[in-house]
Amino acid sequence: MISFIARNAVRKSITLFFVSVISFLIIYLAPGEPSQIDPLNPMFTKEVLERFRKEFHLDKPLHIQYLYFYRDLFTGKSVSWKDNRPVLGKIWERFLNSLPLFILGTLITWTLSFPVGIRAAISRGSFYDRSTTFLAYFLISIPGFFFAYILIILVVTQLHVPVIGMQTFGLSSANSWTLLMDRLWHLFLPSVLGAAGGVAILSRYVRNQMLEVESQDYVRTAKAKGLPSDQVHYKHALRNALLPFVTMFGLVLPGLIGGSVIIESIFSWPGMGRMAYEAILARDYPVILTVNFVSAILVLAGTFLSDLLYMVVDPRIRL
Amino acid sequence: MEKDLLLSVNNLKVYFHGEETISKAVDGISYEVAKGQIVSLVGESGCGKTVSALTLLGLVPCPPGKIEDGEILFRGKNLLNFSEQQMQKVRGREISMVFQEPMTSLNPVFTIGDQIQEVILNHENVGKEIALKRTITLLKDVGIPSPEERVNDYPHLLSGGQRQRVMIAMALACGPDLVIADEPTTALDVTVQAQILQLFRELQQKRNMAVLLITHNLGVVAEIVDRIYVMYAGIIVETGTVKEVFKDPFHPYTMGLLAAIPGSSKKGKPLYSIPGSVPDSAYKPEGCPFNPRCPYVQDECKIKFPEMVNFKAGHQARCPITYRLWENQELPKNRHFGFENVKRAGQA
Repeated sequence: MISFIARNAVRKSITLFFVSVISFLIIYLAPGEPSQIDPLNPMFTKEVLERFRKEFHLDKPLHIQYLYFYRDLFTGKSVSWKDNRPVLGKIWERFLNSLPLFILGTLITWTLSFPVGIRAAISRGSFYDRSTTFLAYFLISIPGFFFAYILIILVVTQLHVPVIGMQTFGLSSANSWTLLMDRLWHLFLPSVLGAAGGVAILSRYVRNQMLEVESQDYVRTAKAKGLPSDQVHYKHALRNALLPFVTMFGLVLPGLIGGSVIIESIFSWPGMGRMAYEAILARDYPVILTVNFVSAILVLAGTFLSDLLYMVVDPRIRL
Repeated sequence: MEKDLLLSVNNLKVYFHGEETISKAVDGISYEVAKGQIVSLVGESGCGKTVSALTLLGLVPCPPGKIEDGEILFRGKNLLNFSEQQMQKVRGREISMVFQEPMTSLNPVFTIGDQIQEVILNHENVGKEIALKRTITLLKDVGIPSPEERVNDYPHLLSGGQRQRVMIAMALACGPDLVIADEPTTALDVTVQAQILQLFRELQQKRNMAVLLITHNLGVVAEIVDRIYVMYAGIIVETGTVKEVFKDPFHPYTMGLLAAIPGSSKKGKPLYSIPGSVPDSAYKPEGCPFNPRCPYVQDECKIKFPEMVNFKAGHQARCPITYRLWENQELPKNRHFGFENVKRAGQA
């Protein structure tokens, strides 16, 4: 067990090293340079530009730049070129904003998809199954931003619920209860929207997986034993159908930092996704690279976690 | 034969409805199993053996399957009229089943102990400790070494033969009156096959239960079976005691099957096989379903569906042609050795 973890850690750090090199290279291969962000600005004289390049080590060879960058990152000295704030602090702040959205969205997705998918599989071909299939394909095929605007119009005109941003402006003087409710209202629509597509896709997966398992010989054996159908479905079939989702659950983790650019932009939600997007537009290399690096860590941690979980749930995979 | 009838299937018809075709998997079969008897349904793959067995437990998926006609009398009660709840009480307790594929018939994520105990806990009002003790005894009975430790093993740690032993233990857990064994030895290698059959016979005698053995392996049948029903294309074509049928087959299909068994007297000669192939259950030939492959075929076989004919007491076959020949003593002896003799006799 310990050797498995150690081996895994070594292997994953090698991967991480290559990810860091490649992402660094890709960004420098992209056309343009941070110093050229606004060439028409009269304030940017040649001298200023040179000073800039020197200050941010842009005049050094590439591998030196790479070393400088990751030295700064690990010592926590890396700052955003845009507003000179520490990158990690900036990410942490946005991360805290994205977190409630992520948690609520994931919770809705995973708690809704399974009952819906399982029931559709068990009553295959029924009206319920067919209507959830239709709904799922509807939600998958409708563009997210379009659906978002429809919902915003509906919610704002019919329910008079505030939707933009994380809270209503100028409400800071209200009592804490009102503040909390205001926050929740703002959270509601974006997380439902974020979950809608997820539920549609995941419930399809669950249904297919469940159908596949239901046709296995051991499910027939369970029926032949005289077990009640609940035990057949929810013990013998479901336990096996869940196995592949352990892998998927590990891949949810990176969503923590990626956030959703579209939804955060539509709702003016000051989250991770939007920050990363804005950083790309501003050629704010430290922020882009750090977000990249952290999400690579999360992907690797997610796969590691699902490997471990797999050993717990599948007796065939033991060390 | 008339002693203590346990199971009696009468004119059972199970059809599968496709988009355009109706697949008549089981097309009116009747058979009987007495208490403590081993009865075998024999036939090639796709002749409806497994479907007829699954129907006994109500495990045929409906739709697409549909039970069109017939009755299944188990201790005098028609199982086809039972509700799902009533059937759940029958399954595993009064009738249990051993399946063909031991490799896939056990659930990979539960220990074998769990899976056997489950039957006991489900059907009987006993505590976990008693169930565990009985599970260990069962594993010992079916010949699993050191059952106290094996009880916590997952199925992937066992060999095919051991898994089949576990399946048998599971089937026996609640002391059923009837065990349906659906090709229990097909997936195993030959030495293990013999062991499993031996085990079946021992347990059957010890517990005095009835076994419905479904197989395509006539060697298996000869070893342990009392009575045999030969199936072809969803119908029963011949029935009798094993001795009678093997010595004196009356239906041309049975003759062909017996002729196809390799044996020492046929050494060096090419193996016999029945010409043609089994008809698609959705497109059966008119008249006798065996007529396109039959060396005895007459014009009437292509029009009229043959009735069961009584050759001797308890030995029937669905062939009026061979009956006529037999009555006139024109049916050759040793006809189970091949059709060469038959053809010569037909010409004579």
